[in-house]
Amino acid sequence: MPAAPWRLIIEMRIVHYLNQFFAGIGGEDRAETPPDARAGAVGPGLALQQLLAGEAEIAGTVWCGDGLVADGPDDVLNAIINAVESFAPDVVVAGPAFGAGRYGLACARVCAAVTRRLGIPALAAMAPDNAAVELHRHEVLIVPTAATAIGMKDALAAMARLAPRLGRGEALGPAAVEGYLPRGRRMNARAAAPASERALQLLLARLDGRPFASEVELPRYERIPPPPPVTDPARMRLALVTECGLVPRGNPDRLEWVRASKWLTYPIDGKQTLAPGDYEVAHGGYDAAFAAEDPDRLVPLDAVRELVRRGELGGVLDAYYVTCGNHGILGQMAVHAREIAADLRRQHVDSVLLVAT
Amino acid sequence: MAKELERAGFPTATVTSLAAVAVKVGANRIVRGNRFSHPFGRPELPPAEERAWRVELVRTALRALRTPVEGPTVFEPPAP
Repeated sequence: MPAAPWRLIIEMRIVHYLNQFFAGIGGEDRAETPPDARAGAVGPGLALQQLLAGEAEIAGTVWCGDGLVADGPDDVLNAIINAVESFAPDVVVAGPAFGAGRYGLACARVCAAVTRRLGIPALAAMAPDNAAVELHRHEVLIVPTAATAIGMKDALAAMARLAPRLGRGEALGPAAVEGYLPRGRRMNARAAAPASERALQLLLARLDGRPFASEVELPRYERIPPPPPVTDPARMRLALVTECGLVPRGNPDRLEWVRASKWLTYPIDGKQTLAPGDYEVAHGGYDAAFAAEDPDRLVPLDAVRELVRRGELGGVLDAYYVTCGNHGILGQMAVHAREIAADLRRQHVDSVLLVAT
Repeated sequence: MAKELERAGFPTATVTSLAAVAVKVGANRIVRGNRFSHPFGRPELPPAEERAWRVELVRTALRALRTPVEGPTVFEPPAP
């Protein structure tokens, strides 16, 4: 007896990854659910299967508790990947995770591992501000969704649109055209007009107030709401912090002068000024001669003391904080600053003078 | 670093020669220092004048710390 005709048409196999909630196992109380799988579509996969129509078949669904996979040991991820592989998929889809942090991380980790280890294309779906996006968008193809499951229909439609194309091995066009989140990749493409002409068109559009899109994605920096100002400097305790690499002579703690792995504090109590000869600069990014002549040109202790004497500043912490920002990796520098902030809190500091070279 | 210190709740005055970069990355209270290698120095001045200028620059930082700001704001020190 021959198979049903549609069986003959559908050749593409999809594996769908879900968390314990969308797999119907349970909520947060079941977040430690170990990896498991079954043939066919489950939960949101049922609607996804309908949208895929005759293009592809959800061959299997794999799930795991969010608490285990997001930052869990590698053997959990290994078990998931083995389960995925057992269904021999052409493409793997994960989510949609919407704004859920751990589910988003799980989807991104599974997709990254599937692509890297199995060489199978993968697609995750989650909200653009899901923390997993910043962490994984360079290696994982992600379609944007709403922040909550209200956006389920649109999310599944986006997945159904791209997944079969990935499964066929098609190369996707630019993120803005195809509707996935930018991976920060630059690809060669033939343009209709030379760069000079396109640049002028952009400029004219901008001058006319017409919509335009830059061809180069600019780095995005998070905005931090400014803390409220200090009410009265004459009553505040100031801390001196710098990434200029100024250390006592001989660099006793061996601060690296490039890509510093640490931050240090050095006492300034009793000092009215930073005396030449007592300090040196561990920083490979600038000429240290001016600071060698007078280290106050970097960390202005003499001026700070004068303002304390004049009653314009309440006081200064009796040690300064230093690291080296030369070739600093943004994430590492942020860790240094967070650790310094934690220390400053213990020292009952009110505000910071940060010297950046 | 300025952003992490501010995230932790400390009003932070960033003194830098690269004020435009500080604005771009989102530091909130920025004070324009002199040069990259000596933001608090003016080596061309006699020592007493340089010191007086440095006091003014720290004063500018104190002004930044007691000023409410909405976002990246550059505070200019008085001309020497």
